[in-house]
Amino acid sequence: MPRTIAPWEIERKLLVKAEDKTNPHYGHKPEERPAKEYIQYGVINLDKPAGPTSHEVAAWVKRILNLQSIGHGGTLEA
Amino acid sequence: MTGVLPITLENSRKIVQALLYSGKEYVCVMKLHGEVTEEQVKTVLKEFEDTIYQRPPLRASVKRQLRTRRIYYLDFLEMDGRNVLFKVGCEAGTYIRKLCYDMGEVLGCGAHMQELRRTRAGPFVENGDIVTLHDVAYWFMEWQQQKDEKILRKFIQPMEKALTLVPKIYIRDSAVDAVCHGANLTAPGVLSLETGILSGSMVAVLTLKGEAVALAKAVASAEEIMNMEHGVIAEIKRVLMLRGTYPKCWRSGET
Repeated sequence: MPRTIAPWEIERKLLVKAEDKTNPHYGHKPEERPAKEYIQYGVINLDKPAGPTSHEVAAWVKRILNLQSIGHGGTLEA
Repeated sequence: MTGVLPITLENSRKIVQALLYSGKEYVCVMKLHGEVTEEQVKTVLKEFEDTIYQRPPLRASVKRQLRTRRIYYLDFLEMDGRNVLFKVGCEAGTYIRKLCYDMGEVLGCGAHMQELRRTRAGPFVENGDIVTLHDVAYWFMEWQQQKDEKILRKFIQPMEKALTLVPKIYIRDSAVDAVCHGANLTAPGVLSLETGILSGSMVAVLTLKGEAVALAKAVASAEEIMNMEHGVIAEIKRVLMLRGTYPKCWRSGET
């Protein structure tokens, strides 16, 4: 029986429906956002240390970066 | 428990749901409670691939009812006495502690989870851009002193990185602000889209610059969308971009 494909093994192709250009006066490419915006729309791929909970680690990052709010993707417990 | 824990900053918190439901990969040390052969262990690991039934453990953050979870792969790595090292790719919400216990039951000797490290959460993997808490503190201080944005980009990724595995729909500049105001995405606004979108799939709506505009639920498949000239193709679920980033291009009705 072929095994279930993991989401990261799926290959996708791009289908083009119409052509258009984007106006450089509005928005920014994600990697070219100005610093403040870059942080606000940022994600950190953190290596969680053993011991503290995911929530505690997230709270530390929040304090280090002096941010208002923070979230984490998937509690890493048991 | 150590390993990959994506942290979403401020506005990018909104994409957490895309990460929560994405698959995970772990490397785990399982401790056996009796003597079994390597062959027996390998056989049981194979048995637990594909779909498994699992009741969440006593200490769990969800309701303890039997549910099914997908195990994408369960690879034997090493065995040393009663310690078994394996790698598992699984659906979100799979309890590895419980998986070890259940495999121990099938082996007959019993087993428990000794050590666990997450090596993947959705698109985020262990190698490459992973950083420690110390790195974060150090680079942030460096950036505050030097004000060089390159330093910032060393340890923070744009939130779009988190959407890598979500099928994408690219839209016209003229459709962006309407979506930011919560309007559903219609066919004329679509420029291109990725294969594999089904009716009901979660999709990411992006601009041609690659900026995330919103998370949405497709109401037609990729093939259907390609042939549509009008009508709603995706319902907007979560707006990610700030209103007014792009110009307003629609006429408002009389009030």
